[in-house]
Amino acid sequence: MTVDSSWYLILSAMLFTIGAMGLLVRRNPLVMFMCVELMLNAVNLTFVTFARMLNDIGGQVVVFFVLVVAAAEVVVGLGIIVAIMRRRPGATADDISLLRG
Amino acid sequence: MTSAVWLIPALPLLGVAVLLVAGRRMGEPLAGWFATAMVAGSFAAGVVTYLGLLAEDEHHRQTVFTLFTWLPAGGFSVDVGFLVDPLSLTMVLFITGVGALIHLYSIGYMHGDARYSTFFLYLNLFCFSMLMLVLGDNLLLTFLGWEGVGACSYLLISFWFTDEANASAGKKAFVTNRIGDTGFLLATFLTFATLGTITYAGDDGILANAGSLPAVTATGIALLLFVGAIGKSAQLPLYVWLPDAMAGPTPVSALIHAATMVTSGVYLLTRVNPIIAEAFTWVPTTIAWVGAATALFAATIAVAQRDIKKVLAYSTISQLGFMFLAVGSGAYVAAIFHMVTHAFFKALLFLGAGSVIHGMHEEQDMRRMGALRAFMPITAATFIVGWLAIAGVPPFAGFWSKDEILLYAFAKSPVLWAVGLVTALLTAYYMSRQVFMVFFGEARWSETSTATATASVSADAPQHERAQVSTVHELTPHESPWTMTAPLVVLAVLAVVAGGLNLPFTSGLHFLGHWLEPVLQGNEAHIGVATATKVILAVLAVVAAVAGITAAALVYLHRRVAPERVEPDLLLRAYRIDEGISLLVDGPGRKLAEISAFVLDGKGVDGAVNGVGTLVRSGGQRLRVVQTGLVRSYALGVAAGAVLLLAFFLTRTGIQ
Repeated sequence: MTVDSSWYLILSAMLFTIGAMGLLVRRNPLVMFMCVELMLNAVNLTFVTFARMLNDIGGQVVVFFVLVVAAAEVVVGLGIIVAIMRRRPGATADDISLLRG
Repeated sequence: MTSAVWLIPALPLLGVAVLLVAGRRMGEPLAGWFATAMVAGSFAAGVVTYLGLLAEDEHHRQTVFTLFTWLPAGGFSVDVGFLVDPLSLTMVLFITGVGALIHLYSIGYMHGDARYSTFFLYLNLFCFSMLMLVLGDNLLLTFLGWEGVGACSYLLISFWFTDEANASAGKKAFVTNRIGDTGFLLATFLTFATLGTITYAGDDGILANAGSLPAVTATGIALLLFVGAIGKSAQLPLYVWLPDAMAGPTPVSALIHAATMVTSGVYLLTRVNPIIAEAFTWVPTTIAWVGAATALFAATIAVAQRDIKKVLAYSTISQLGFMFLAVGSGAYVAAIFHMVTHAFFKALLFLGAGSVIHGMHEEQDMRRMGALRAFMPITAATFIVGWLAIAGVPPFAGFWSKDEILLYAFAKSPVLWAVGLVTALLTAYYMSRQVFMVFFGEARWSETSTATATASVSADAPQHERAQVSTVHELTPHESPWTMTAPLVVLAVLAVVAGGLNLPFTSGLHFLGHWLEPVLQGNEAHIGVATATKVILAVLAVVAAVAGITAAALVYLHRRVAPERVEPDLLLRAYRIDEGISLLVDGPGRKLAEISAFVLDGKGVDGAVNGVGTLVRSGGQRLRVVQTGLVRSYALGVAAGAVLLLAFFLTRTGIQ
């Protein structure tokens, strides 16, 4: 049995929206990171779907790039969070607004 | 052999480089001899080139020697190239020839000056610039030399810059020349805009294509170039810098204000004669009238001057007026002819005056001279030759060239001729006055005591001389060293024989005319004056010269009239034009400057610039509240932006 491509896309859109909402609503940086991952994976799903639809390997390949970049980004992000945690009691996103104008 | 042409400007440039590096170490007199050798070498290269050109067929006497491309800019490029043709070579020969003599003279004249080698450095740089001016094969290269001689004249006029008067004379020359240079620059732009090139020679050069210019454009270019020429060649109304420029050392006066820089305006107009030919006919007429007016105007001032060099300065302005009169009358050959003879006899007169000043221990006031011929025989003899030449006494050189100009002026308009004749009479008068006051009559310097000698120390004194003057007790004029008298003798010989360049009698003797013919492209005026008329005109010119000399003799030799009565204060003070300019510049001029400085520039331009700054800053102030530093609000911004973009594209294209 095959599932219609549009279902994948709808799922992807839902996942993306959940991620985006989480990023906007939650204050804990770790949760915000996970929301970003969710958004990235939603996009990955779209890529894979279209790759199958169009019979083009390119979409599949891009997924790997996205994963690699996401992994690197998480490493850097976590490093920053750890550094912040060492200097101050918490790492709540709204408390860190040193770069305001 | 014409390929030796690059040596002509290269040698003085080498001189500049060497003197710049090692001038002080070479010291006196080696630096002077070196500089002289460079210019003399340049003269030799000029002679070689001349011989090479002479060997060519008459119509192939034009070579462009391109060194390299100077400014390549798309379709426009300027080469550093030397145009070798009869006109530029004529200029080169007398610039380097007279220049070398003046260098030689300076070795003696500048003896003991603290900045001896610097002086020769400037002189060499000046010669280099002047040679670039006349050899350059395009308007821009000519302009380079044009500016170069301007800058060098500034350096040389204010050479003894510790004296306030000298420094301001230098500035005056520089600023006045800038006014004229604006005209030259605009003419260059206009030429390029209409013809697409600024190169003189060649099939697509401006000289060959001048015929395709619309008369209006040709008129514009010719007039703008004329403005440039007015500035450089000290014509009305931009003549004011030249008399003051006498503040420089006397060899400078001889070099710049007799033989080279001031002639460049005449050279330029002769060079572009096809453009003038294309212009409306009132353009040459204007040139002729400005020349004639300048000649008469300066001659009237010269009759009352007391400073030995000021007389010569106004005389130079007057003689340049003659050359412009010639150019305006279409007598280009006569203009160049007079330029050459004038270079000889005026350089001679200036150097003679310098010798007198030197021998009189820096005395420049002619009222304190007299009877000098016994003390300075060589100077006196050569000066007298120069006097006869400039006064127009045949067979000296000045007679031939001046007479030719008067002839062409007569063909153009009898009124112009009359003005020229009166000027010639005045020339003979004021030059005779000078000779009688300086070399004849009773000695008026013997009563000059130490006190007055010190008081009258002029600007024209090498530093060591100034120190000496106060210690001189008995003022005895003395003859100058041989380095100074030798150039005088050579120039005197030239002043006698130079008329032979272009004798009028038969066409076989018309050497300069034939030589310059290819350059003039048939734009030389043809005069239809009967031989009898020519003879009458020549006789009248001689009569005028003799009348001038006689009048001066009656006043200054025989004292029939008190000299004070023929030297009105108005003329002595040059019609008070300098005072007038000072008033004008100090009153309304200063107001205008203040208005432009504080209102236009301060409020207008600065206001606009500051306004932009303020606008950006206040804008930033408003926008900084957006920069909260809160990650989530940024994310919201990004998300909202994405949604908006999406909505935009969806509404534009719709969902399929």
